[in-house]
Amino acid sequence: MAKVIVMTSGKGGVGKTTTAAAFGAGLAMRGHRTVVIDFDVGLRNLDLIMGCERRVVFDFINVINGDARLNQALIRDKRIGELCILPTSQTRDKDALTKEGVERVLEELKADFDYIICDSPAGIERGALMALYWADEAVIVTNPEVSSVRDSDRILGVLQSRSKRAEEGAEPVKEHLLLTRYDAERVERGEMLKVDDVLEILAIPLLGIIPESQSVLKASNLGQPVIFDEVSPAGQAYADAVGRFLGHSIEHRFTRPERRGLFQRLLRRTA
Amino acid sequence: MSIFDFFRPRGQPSATAAKERLQILLAHERSTAAAPDYLPKLQREIIDLVTKYVQVADDKISVHYANAGSVSTLEVNVELPVMEPAAPMRRSFG
Repeated sequence: MAKVIVMTSGKGGVGKTTTAAAFGAGLAMRGHRTVVIDFDVGLRNLDLIMGCERRVVFDFINVINGDARLNQALIRDKRIGELCILPTSQTRDKDALTKEGVERVLEELKADFDYIICDSPAGIERGALMALYWADEAVIVTNPEVSSVRDSDRILGVLQSRSKRAEEGAEPVKEHLLLTRYDAERVERGEMLKVDDVLEILAIPLLGIIPESQSVLKASNLGQPVIFDEVSPAGQAYADAVGRFLGHSIEHRFTRPERRGLFQRLLRRTA
Repeated sequence: MSIFDFFRPRGQPSATAAKERLQILLAHERSTAAAPDYLPKLQREIIDLVTKYVQVADDKISVHYANAGSVSTLEVNVELPVMEPAAPMRRSFG
């Protein structure tokens, strides 16, 4: 049975799309048939992050409206055959996502895929509610920063009251915390909330810690999910997180600053 | 730690302040976030209904929603104005 996973956060700019792209690629690299859907109607960006922006002909809304068939809109990744993306529309019509339409597309996708990743827009409006409504599992993408933690708490409340599982009284949506842009050096200096602080406040299981890394911007510049960058800490951290998601027991890394020589430390401190 | 730590300002690290502020804020927000969407309208209508019968100011009526596990309660508090003691009624004993 296909699993629906939502990448959500409430706050914008914390790394939902980066995470959706990395997770989609990571699951597909392990042989799972995976589709990533962009729910951010009007602000299409998943195609750009995944490097298939020039191959978009039809989109999610075309399929919902019956203007295109699903397999005309699905874009198969050129690097991994198991991976597809369903881009969203650039329309400004806020009501383009209908509950019946989204449900029909998801049902159709369930027949062909193992994992359906819903990349949520920021906020708690229609697009975000649609992205999380059918979720079996949720990855809450959070930065170690007050406004992001507050918004994550709010979106957890929405998941627990407005998802299909909540409405039907079924088993609750399984929640995972993914802490992104983590800077272990600033944490050590007491300038940034540490993992344990965020875990204590949000009280949901930790899926992974993605360190602040230059490779994330580089990956988006090139349209390559950062998980392909196997030497970068962020790429490795995403690979670990995907492994944990699949049930493997992998120790958390990148929670401590890299040890530097005395010379480098002195240079940095005085800089 | 390095010798440069000696020159750093003392006092509470900003991350500690962030954690404390979040804990206080979220404790408050969680208690209200669970309130159903119809609550503001219900609150308005209760106030209208009460003022139809009793002359009370809006701020003397509070409608509070609380959620404790499996039980949700709606508490309506109306502070009635002090009543003038009624004039003693004359009773006839036939």
